[in-house]
Formats: sequence, C-alpha cells, structure tokens
Amino acid sequence: MEYVIEMRNIRKEFPGIVANDNITLQLRKGEIHALLGENGAGKSTLMNVLFGLYQPEKGEIHVRGKKVNITDPNVANELGIGMVHQHFMLVEKFTVTENIILGNEPTAKGQVDVKKAAKDVEAISKQYGLSVDPNAKIEDISVGMQQRVEILKTLYRGADILIFDEPTAVLTPQEIKELIAIMKKLISEGKSIILITHKLKEIMEVSDRCTVIRRGVGIGTVDVADTNQDELASMMVGREVNFSIQKKPSEPSNETLEISSLVVEDARKVPAVNGMNLSVRAGEIVGVAGVDGNGQSELIEAITGLRKAKSGSIKLNGKDVTNWKPRRVTESGIGHIPQDRHKHGLVLDFSIGENMVLQTYYKRPFSRNGILNFSTIMDKAKSLIKEYDVRTPSEMTPARALSGGNQQKAIIAREIDRSPNLLIAAQPTRGLDVGAIEFIHSKLVEERDKGKAVLLISFELEEIMNVSDRIAVIYEGKIVAIVKPEETTEQELGLLMAGAKRKKAGETT
Amino acid sequence: MKLLKGKWASIALTAVPLLSVALGLLVGGIIMLVSGYNPIVAYAALFNGIFSNTYVLGETVRQMTPLILSGLAVAFAFRTGLFNIGVEGQLLVGWLASVYIGLQFEGLSPIVHIPLAIIAAALAGAIWAFVPGFLKAKYQVHEVITTIMMNYVALHVVNAIIRTYLLAPGERTDQINASASLQSPFLESITDFSRLHYGFVVAIIGAIIMWFLLWKTTTGYELRSVGFNKYASEYAGINVQRNIVLSMVISGAFAGAAGAMEGLGTYGYMTVMADFTGVGFDGIAVALLGANGALGVVLASALFGGLKIGALNMQSVAQVPTQLVEIVIAMIIFFVASSYLIHWISNRVSKRGKI
Repeated sequence: MEYVIEMRNIRKEFPGIVANDNITLQLRKGEIHALLGENGAGKSTLMNVLFGLYQPEKGEIHVRGKKVNITDPNVANELGIGMVHQHFMLVEKFTVTENIILGNEPTAKGQVDVKKAAKDVEAISKQYGLSVDPNAKIEDISVGMQQRVEILKTLYRGADILIFDEPTAVLTPQEIKELIAIMKKLISEGKSIILITHKLKEIMEVSDRCTVIRRGVGIGTVDVADTNQDELASMMVGREVNFSIQKKPSEPSNETLEISSLVVEDARKVPAVNGMNLSVRAGEIVGVAGVDGNGQSELIEAITGLRKAKSGSIKLNGKDVTNWKPRRVTESGIGHIPQDRHKHGLVLDFSIGENMVLQTYYKRPFSRNGILNFSTIMDKAKSLIKEYDVRTPSEMTPARALSGGNQQKAIIAREIDRSPNLLIAAQPTRGLDVGAIEFIHSKLVEERDKGKAVLLISFELEEIMNVSDRIAVIYEGKIVAIVKPEETTEQELGLLMAGAKRKKAGETT
Repeated sequence: MKLLKGKWASIALTAVPLLSVALGLLVGGIIMLVSGYNPIVAYAALFNGIFSNTYVLGETVRQMTPLILSGLAVAFAFRTGLFNIGVEGQLLVGWLASVYIGLQFEGLSPIVHIPLAIIAAALAGAIWAFVPGFLKAKYQVHEVITTIMMNYVALHVVNAIIRTYLLAPGERTDQINASASLQSPFLESITDFSRLHYGFVVAIIGAIIMWFLLWKTTTGYELRSVGFNKYASEYAGINVQRNIVLSMVISGAFAGAAGAMEGLGTYGYMTVMADFTGVGFDGIAVALLGANGALGVVLASALFGGLKIGALNMQSVAQVPTQLVEIVIAMIIFFVASSYLIHWISNRVSKRGKI
C-alpha cells in the first residue's frame, strides 16, 4: 500500500519528558485520518514534527514513498503539507484575499497584483465549495468563514495533505456541518486529511481511519467502520468510559434562583437579555440551551455581579441580589465556573495554591489582619488537589503550566468547595476530553444530589440533554421554552434554539 | 512539557540579568578598544573605583540609596501592571517635602523629626502619583502619558515654591535642621569622609516593606492578582479600580522617600533644579534589571551605583570618559530588554535537540 504520508516509530523527547514514543501514523491518499488522544497526549507534538517545527529523536517520515527530512515549515509547505491551525493565524485588518496571499503574493511590475490574486482565490474557493467574500475584512466575518480562509490559505499554497487541528472547537453546530461538507469535498478533489480531535462523534461521522495516542504512546490504528465510540474512548483513556451519566430523578425543592423580567445590555448598549424569566430550584440542574450570542454571557454576568442589570430582578433564596457587587454575590452563596477559564477563572501566573483561594483569601483561616497564612492556603490546596484529582506536580506550580482539563478541575474544586447554594457552570467541559467531561458531569450531579441548584449553560446539545433535569431554551435574550430532556430531541431543541415556536404537547416527533 | 517551560523561564529570569551585565561590559570593552582605550586598564580602574577603599565604598552605597527606592517604586507599580514613569516627579516633590519639614520644627528630637520628614516625603510622592492612578482607574487615561506630564509639573512647581518661599543665597533652600538630617559624622569618619548617610537603612527597610507587602499580605495578593489578570480579579470580587490607585499611591510613596534620601541625606537642602535628577528614570532601569523583585532591585542598584562611582576613578586613572560607563549601563538595559532575542535563540537551540 502506498501512503502519502508515513511517520514511522516517531520519538520526540523534551527535557525530562517523552512527548511521543514509537508512534506510527500512515495516511492513505484520499482518506480522512483522525488522530485521537486526550489533552496533552502528544497529538500536537506529532503534528509539529510532521510540520517541521520539531525534529524527532528517532523515526522516519516518508512522503509519497520518499524518505524526507522536514527541517522547517517551509519544507513541509514544499511537500504539499498544509496546516489549518486551531487558533487562526490571520491579520484582522486585512481582507480575505490579502490574508490568503500573504507571504506568497503574485506581483506585476513590482506591485502586488490584487486583481490576479482575487481571481485566483475565487477560482480555488469555487473549486472546493468554500464560499468566502474575497474582499471582506477578517474582523468583519464569522469564525466559520475565518476558518475557511485558513483552509484556502493552505490550498492556495498548493497543499494536498491538510492537517486540521481541532477544527470544530470554535464552531457552532451549523458551522460544524458546513465544515464536514467541506472536508468531504476536499477528499473528492483528491486531497488527504489528518484530523486532530478528541471528539468521538466527529470521528465516527467523517473519518475513514483513526490512530489513537495515549500519554505519548501510539495505541494503534483502527478502521472507523469497524469500531464504535465506546471502543475509541476506552482506547484513548485506557479504561471504560461512561457516556450517559448515571443519575436518579431529581427531587427539586424550593426556588433558589428566581429571575424575573431581567434586562441586561451588552457592551454596545443593545439589550442582550431582554425580559427574561427563569427559575432554578434546589436539587435540580437547569440547562440553558442556545446558540452562542443569545444573551447567555450577559445573563451569567448579571447574576454574578460582573455586569449591571438594566431592569428586572434576580433573587437568591428569596433575597434580591440584583446589581450586587461580585464579592457580595459570591458571599451570598453563588459559585461560578466561568465560560472562559483563562480570562475569568484563573490568574494563570499565580500558583495553583493561590488560585484555590481566589475568593476566600481575605477570610480566616487563610489570612488574619491582612497577613496571608501561606501554610494554611497550601494545605487547603493540597487537599483539594487530592480530592478533585487535579494532576499537578505540586500546589506551587503556576496554573499556566497545567493542561486545560486540570485547570478546569482546579476551578471546579474551588467553586464547589465553597458549597454554594447555586452553582453556575458555563461551558464547563469546553475543549476537554471524555475522561475530564465524565468527571465534571458527575460532580455537577453530585452537587444536585446534595440539594444545591445548578445552572448549566452550554452550546453542546449532547451535554445539555445528558446532564439537565430541565432545559431552558434561550433565544434572543428570552427563555422561549422549558422542556424536559426525556420529552424532547436534539432536533427539536435545535429548532427551538433557532427561534421556532414549540408545537403543543403531543405534537412533537 | 509545559512544566519544563516554567522551570526554564525561572532560570532565564536570573540568567538574563547576569548575561546582560556580562554582554554590556563586553560591548563596552569593544567600544573602548575601538576608541583607542585599553579596556583592561579601564575596567581595573573601574573595579578599584568601587572597591579599593572605604571612601569609594561609602560613595557607592550613598549612590545606591535613592536608586533602591526609586527602583522599588517602578517595580511595585509594574507588579500591578502599571508603568510609573513619574517616579522622577514624585521624587522631586518628596525631596521638597522632606526639606520643608526639615526646615521647620526647631529643637525636635531626631527620633521624631527624621521619620516625620520621611513620611512627609512619602506622602507628597503618594499624592503626586494618586493623580495618574485616579485618572487611569476612573477614566482609563494611560498612566505613561499622565506620569510623564506630572514630571514636568513637579519640576516647575517645586522650583517655583523654592523661589517664592524657601529661597536662600545660591538658588537653593537653607540647610535643614540637624535634627532632621540623616548625615552621620560616624559613617563619614569610617568611610574616609564620604557622604554616606543613614539613608541606606531606610532603603533596605523599603525593600523589606515591598517584599512583605507584595508577598505576605492580602493587599499584595490583590495587587498582584490585578496586575496579572484584572478580569479574574474582578470575577473574584477584587476592586480593580481601587487597586490601581493604591498601587500608584504606594509606588509614589517609595519615590517620595527616594527624594527624602537626597533632601535629608546627601544634600541636606534642595536647589532650584535646572533639569531632572535622573534618579527616577534610572529607577526604571534598576527595576528592569532587578526583575521587579525587592532583592533584585537592591542588587541592580548596587551595580548601577557602583558603575557610576567607579566611572570617576576610571576617568582619572585610565583617562576613559565617564560617558563610557553610561554606554555600558545602556547596553546592559538593552540586553535585558532584548531578552526576547535570548529566549528565541535558546528555543531554536532546544528545538534542534542540542541543549
């Protein structure tokens, strides 16, 4: 069998750590080959080896049957290997065309031939069904379109082997569908694709074969047609994984959170939350389902005191907490796992220990009369690290050095440990692998079973369906429907999220 | 993998200043060679000019004293993510305040008078820094602009006050009362009549205060948190605006105390200033070289103070102009600032797998 790319027994070491050990990856022409592994398993390292950013200590790389030495990304480009990065490498102020030709500009008489460039871009985008506006500025187009620009960039440079690094992490469900169609189109035009991901569903949907890496070691390659999600998950994690969470029916009691006629304006002074009513009772998980940008962030910010509510009220256990300062809100019993863990959740340059007391450092026993008690703080951190299985070398390690999953576990440990009456979890599993997701979901259910109220905000319908006891669908700043997960389907939720009216009970299919 | 990056970063944190000093001296040596001086003779003279006798040692410590405090001022603000370029102005108002208090209260005990004058200086610096801090917190006015402007305001206001109210013959104020003076016949006698004064004790206490405040108190926790990530700080219920103002005020207090070192120590009076002292601006370099840490600032001040005093000997013995030491200092700062380049090279090397 002829492979377009064959990476044989790759080993890459960093001081004190083996990032890749004896990994073999063989890409057939015209296939979508998934590269699956947990966060930090070594997927990116392997791809950086292929892209010439790292040199392997051992192993060989063959491209189209010929042994090659990829010393830097330019060599990779010449070999027709292109990378679609997870974090886009685009110049915001440039147009689509300018970004695509950047570094490879067609010139006429010493000037950039903009006309020719635009024509070329248009031709390629037609050929592969990648609709973009060549003259739009990057800052004005959607994330999905920016990703198409990234793809076009690699195609413009003549790539026929494309590496997609976690391409769906930033996309909406609709955009994911479009991307999958694009990938299939690329294959039909004779390209080959390596898809880096830890989302099993996507692998099942698009890929032909799948290579699994666990903790830097190649576990094996399987035909996707002969396997299933459970098998892939246990290959990746090294044990059986529970997808559907085990939980008993909820026993909701009194109302913990009561939101009525809430109006919150966003940064542009447009009402993002627009007359919302919502309640969460103790002992239940309410999932807020909706497309990003329908007022979810503003809702959370208003509850937690980070943004002023324009009108309406927020009550916690019957007490009006509208427009309280964040500290007062926190002290009155709200825990908050923020959507953006790097921006709001952690001070990345603080140690894990310091991060564990972010809302409690000024209280006894962590400080007395304004003097911090570091040994108590670190003892607390140690016990939380143990209890929540945060994988960190020590409590003194800066939060920045931890993997995403472990950072999230640290935040969850801190928030749940304060034993809040209401726990707000915003996108708590974004970017995490199945093992971490399973852990976080079980913790949310555990809180519920302790009689706490949990408000879950997520863009992943699967998560909403799996974890919630009630689902509130948010659309244009209002709750447009409240449904029970066992009485609805992802399709119906999708329609409600898009603003469709709900059919009367009994009519849902 | 990520962990190692952290470890490398901390090694780089100490390696970069040391390497920069070595490279700065090396480049200085090359410039001497090119300009026809013997760098070995020059550096020997420089070294002797810092260590050879008690007089130059005393002078070095005297030179260090205000540098430490102005370095602490810059470093403290920087820890909260603020760039206090206004240390120079805060130092001038602090100097004047200390001299003013020193001129008042005849017959007071030094135990009361000296702290009073230093506190007045710190307070004056704090008030001067409050203005940019407040403007930043309340109206998002960039502190670099406002602190630079406040420097000029300070220079001319201080001169006007001296001219109008405190003028003595010689375009200066009167000598302060002995009870407010940090000067010490004892220190002068053991250092062969250098101008060494008790101010160095104040500077060391300042460094200890900065370290304690930043690392041991809830206030320091808040300030550092705001400096690293104001969004997470806001999320945690820390008042970001208040901490921005507080950081500037504390920074200004250090700067004001630096002024008191000149007013109560080295000079004992204040002259009408034709130009800035430069001590406040040197504080930026000291903080940079000292990696914004209390100990680092003390060490960096020792280096800069030593180089400046040693340069005098270099000029008289090796006939090398003192300006060459300014070049060496500038090169050191250049190399610290370009530590990015050093990181980049070390990354390139480690990628090739031959660390």
